Parts: sequence; structure tokens; C-alpha cells
Amino acid sequence: MSTATTIRRTALNETMRKYGGKMVDFHGWELPIEFAGILKEHEAVRNSAGIFDVSHMGQVFVTGADAFKLLQRTNANDLRKATPGKGVYSHVTNENAGLVDDIIAFCLAPDRYLVIVNATTATKDYEWFKSQGTKMHVKVENKSDDYSMIAIQGPNVPKMFDTFAPEALKLPRFGIVEKDLLGEHCYISRTGYTGEDGFEITAPHSIINALWEQMMELGKPYNIVPCGLGCRDTLRLESGYLLYGSDVDDVHTTYESGYGWVVSLDKGDFIGRSILADQKVNGVKRRLTGVTLTGGVPRTGCKVFLDGKEAGELNSATYSPTLKKGIGVGYMTPPNLKPGTPVEVEIRGRRVKAEIAQTPFHKGTAFSKTLYTGK
Amino acid sequence: MPKPEEVKYTKTHEWVHPGAEAVVGISDHAQHEMGDIVFVELPKVGQKLEKEKPCAVVESVKSAFDIYAPVSGEVTAVNDAVTGDPAVLNQSPLGNGWLFKLKTSNPAEAETLMDWTAYQDFVKQATH
Repeated sequence: MSTATTIRRTALNETMRKYGGKMVDFHGWELPIEFAGILKEHEAVRNSAGIFDVSHMGQVFVTGADAFKLLQRTNANDLRKATPGKGVYSHVTNENAGLVDDIIAFCLAPDRYLVIVNATTATKDYEWFKSQGTKMHVKVENKSDDYSMIAIQGPNVPKMFDTFAPEALKLPRFGIVEKDLLGEHCYISRTGYTGEDGFEITAPHSIINALWEQMMELGKPYNIVPCGLGCRDTLRLESGYLLYGSDVDDVHTTYESGYGWVVSLDKGDFIGRSILADQKVNGVKRRLTGVTLTGGVPRTGCKVFLDGKEAGELNSATYSPTLKKGIGVGYMTPPNLKPGTPVEVEIRGRRVKAEIAQTPFHKGTAFSKTLYTGK
Repeated sequence: MPKPEEVKYTKTHEWVHPGAEAVVGISDHAQHEMGDIVFVELPKVGQKLEKEKPCAVVESVKSAFDIYAPVSGEVTAVNDAVTGDPAVLNQSPLGNGWLFKLKTSNPAEAETLMDWTAYQDFVKQATH
């Protein structure tokens, strides 16, 4: 574990500044919070195209004869769904069924996986995989420092790839393809954290600035805009995506987080399975639940009241530019509150009328059954 | 709409256009720092405000910001246009984005606030 005292900069730092990024310290990484403004960037991604520097995200490679075995043992989801060229969103579980991290595991080949992990947990994940694989024929490598990553997101983004990477357009959601870009080996996946169709490209630092500029050029017809962490958060929360460290952590379980579809109890044993099996049968005491309100902007930590009694507090909350109201998620007791149930959210000491809401709050093009496959 | 030189500024980035009925808002620097403003909560007409005490709230997508009364007095009018369309605060902080008016109880209070030149220096110092 390193305790960095100096702020870390991505290989795109100067480019971010050149485009007018307002730089902030995000868990030890200097990243842009916004460029033209959160609302403009949010709308660009929802309606057309936006591009993000997500180089803080980590890359862990798991290779060898037992690569599948290790990932199957450490994940709640069934890695059999990740056939070569595909990935699965999954929760890496600890012995208490809490989350070590939420990740995407891509199968590049039967004995070669790329795991995209969160920035703050990259080292922890690497150590965890390594410790769980000591008796296996597997190599775990944390290559987070070797790669940059950009996310190009929005309904018009696939059209940008018509000539640039037509093979990427054949990918289903969570598909991945390896391709040389600007002379370097890169990974293009049909993934993202915005709820819109689009791609994420993992590439070596040496070409990332040129790749960014190429995307800006390809996106010109669609008025692509550089996007910051601000709209990344509003977009992901509208889409019901979890933020590790805020919504999930080492304590809360996958069922509690409302992501039960991630748990594959019938795949065989995995770490934390018995606790999850018990929760499947007996239920959970609290569940991450959505609320919406119009009389203010809810924030992390706001208490939620049901019939005058505290039911929980919000783990993530913000103003939703798409819904034009406040949205938030928090662990609520009781755990099965129905959408539409009236509650109150305490904002600056005053209780504001709110209601329980279905998540995702908004479903963008990433949720659509048919994706653009090219000209 | 007053010119930036015609109003006085606080260290908490409010402006006040002094007079028997003073007008209060937030500075252009403040709206820029806050980012997209999406919610505004104003005091009520008739409410008595005390200098430097919180009296309103402006919320951007990013965060909530307390607004402090630049001078003491009684609220005589509030700008419903900004509560209805908070983006007006970003577009015209000194014009259509004014927040409220008040009958000042101690006109001398405004004299202690910064003028435009002093405020510009203050902002420069704070951001460097």
C-alpha cells in the first residue's frame, strides 16, 4: 500500500487543462470536475456525445490455466457468462459478502482476463486476487500504472466508430476487442458509467493524448464535448450505477445494494456465498433504495424519514439534470419500500417531501435492446 | 442593472446596491465558482435580516452555498424569477439574478464593505 502525499496526474493532464478543465483532487488524482459546465456536459452525453478521462481506473490482468477458477471463486457473478470477447459486471466479495470492489471482468482468451477496477481499490483488489490465488496456476498483475483510459459516451458515439473501429460496432454491451490504435495495442469495450451507449478505450500513455484529439475530431459532427467528474456522477446516479466507497463497501452486500442479479448462487462455491444464500432466503434488513424530490437538492448524508421515523440516510444524492429534480439512493429499512411511497428527506434541518422511486431513475441508450452495429 | 462598480461586495461574495431599499445578489465570481445553479431558497418578505447571518441558500449541481446578509434590514421584495429559473443567477448575477431587496436598518453598514477594486484584489488573492 502506498500512501501518496503528492497528487497523481494522468497522462492527459495537460490536455484536460488545455480544454479548460477545472481541476480538483479526486481521491488523490487530479482530474477535471467540469469544463463547460455540468449541465451542458450531462446533456451532451444524454443527447449526443461526450468524452471523459478515466485514467484513474485500474487494470488488473489475470492470466494462466487457473485464471477462470480464481475469478469464479472471488466473484459473485458467473464468469462463464464472460466468453472470449465478452465481459461481466460483477462484485468481488469478501468472507462476509461485503464488496472488495465492483468490477468488470473481460475474458480476452480462456486463460487471459482483463479486470477493470476502481481507482481507490486497485491495490486492494490486486492483493486480494493474489492472496486468493496462491495455490493456483495463475498470474495476477496490476498494470494500472501502465495504462490510460478514455470513455466516449452518448447515443451518437457509435457513429463516430464507423470508420475508426468498425469491429467495435459489432460488440454487444460489455463486449471487448483488442486492436492496434496509433501503433499501440489497445482494448476497446462497449461499456461505460453514463447509461448511454459508447466505448471505453484502455491504451498506453504514449498515444492517449493523440487518441483523445482523434476522438474530438471524429466527434466534431456530433458536437462532442470534454466531460468532467461532475457529470460523470449525475449520469451514473440517474442510471442507478453504484459508486464504490459511497454506495457499496466492504460491509454492505450485493443483495443489500439492490444488485441481486449480479449474484449467481447456482454457479458453485465462491467467497461469501453462504451469507448471500442466506440473504436470498431470509431477505435483507436494509436495501439501497431510490428517492426523488422537488423541494431542494438532496446531498450525501441527508436523513430519510418514513411516517416520521428515520428509515435511513442517502449514500449518494444530487440534482438530476434529466429529471429536473433531486435524486438519491440510501440504505432504507424496511428494505422493500414500494416506488411512490411518500417519505421525507431532511435538507438543512428541514424535512422536504419526497417519494421512493424505482432505479434506474433514467434509462439511456445503454439499456436499449438493439445497439448500432455500423453502416 | 447596476454596473459592477456601482455595488459593494462582501468577503462571502454577495453584492449589495446600497440605498433606502438595498438590492442584494451574488457576484459574477461566485456564480462562476458555484457552477450550474439549480435551486434557490430566499428569505420571506417581512423577514428581518442581520448582517453576516445566513439568509438564503443557492444550490448548484455540485454543492449548497449559504448566502449571508451583506447589511441588516427588513426584506421588502424577493426575486421569484430566480426561484422559478435558477439558471438566471448564472446568466445575470447583477441583473435579473438579483435575490432580494431590503429596507436597511443601518445604512452605514454598507460603507464597511469592499468596492469593486478592492473586491477584485480580494478575489485575486483568494484564487492564488
